[in-house]
Amino acid sequence: MTFKRSLLIPLVVFLMMALFLGFGFRLDNAKILPSALLDKPVPEFRLHDLMLKEVVRSPKDLLGEVALINVWGTWCPNCIVEHPELLRISKEEDIKVYGINYRDNNAKAIEWLERFEDPYIFSVVDSEGKLAIDLGVYGAPETFVIDKKGIIRKRHVGPLNFEIWTNEIEPIVDYLKSF
Amino acid sequence: MKIYTLLILLLGFQPYLIASIDVYPFPNQKLSERYERLISELRCPQCLNTNLAGSDAMIAQDLRREVHRLLIEGKTDEQILDFMQYRYGDFILYKPRFELRTSFLWLSPIFLIFIAALIWFQIVRNRKVPMPLNDNEEAQLNRILEGRDR
Repeated sequence: MTFKRSLLIPLVVFLMMALFLGFGFRLDNAKILPSALLDKPVPEFRLHDLMLKEVVRSPKDLLGEVALINVWGTWCPNCIVEHPELLRISKEEDIKVYGINYRDNNAKAIEWLERFEDPYIFSVVDSEGKLAIDLGVYGAPETFVIDKKGIIRKRHVGPLNFEIWTNEIEPIVDYLKSF
Repeated sequence: MKIYTLLILLLGFQPYLIASIDVYPFPNQKLSERYERLISELRCPQCLNTNLAGSDAMIAQDLRREVHRLLIEGKTDEQILDFMQYRYGDFILYKPRFELRTSFLWLSPIFLIFIAALIWFQIVRNRKVPMPLNDNEEAQLNRILEGRDR
């Protein structure tokens, strides 16, 4: 039997597909979007403080230290799930936690914080979700790590827990603090 | 029977239900058409395979509102797509832009056509075309045919 070169075509096509799909699967979870805002500064905002209602906050209030920014809402079940870990971080870890109260009702949000305890230095009221959109948020909870200059260095989608803190967030925080 | 009546009635209500999902006022028809096109070209970040037009997710509502706002502010389609891509990455664009990373995606059809042409060319070249006989061969063939008759 003579060797036909055309027999190689399916093999070549298969290898190409394998390469292409292999590249596609590099995103380990298709549900978690690659963050478009990494290494970009926290977007501009002027929003009211949830607790100190007349105070208007801006990105300047976040500068100076490595910090966590947590997007939360009382309507979000996973925010309750991650809440104990956020509380623990705010008490035991040497890092400031700021909140973005995302598309929520102020009275409900304040009541929620009084009931479960408030882990945030302050929360800003993002009732229309505009800051959330500027951050590329598509659900809650989401947590961002920012460096001392207010540059976003890490984004975590979904509830935090101790494992995620120790494996994914703490190393970055420690590294950023060394600057 | 009652349930059918109810279902038929509900069918009649459907357009109203759809129409009630955020209606944004536009000063002219052109802007409104651009809005419709943009929200059908942008993917809802939360729902993997639905566009902004077809999604009820909170984030889709917010993004539709942003598209409306940007259109009213006089932004071009390109600026609006930039706005979305800056925040949500390539994922949000149903029509990915031509970049190094997406070049394979865009060029693969051309590549496939090229391969198809190559295969076609091979097949055509290998096809055995009967050669016309030359005079000598013609005479030889005739002799053989005549010899057969006797």
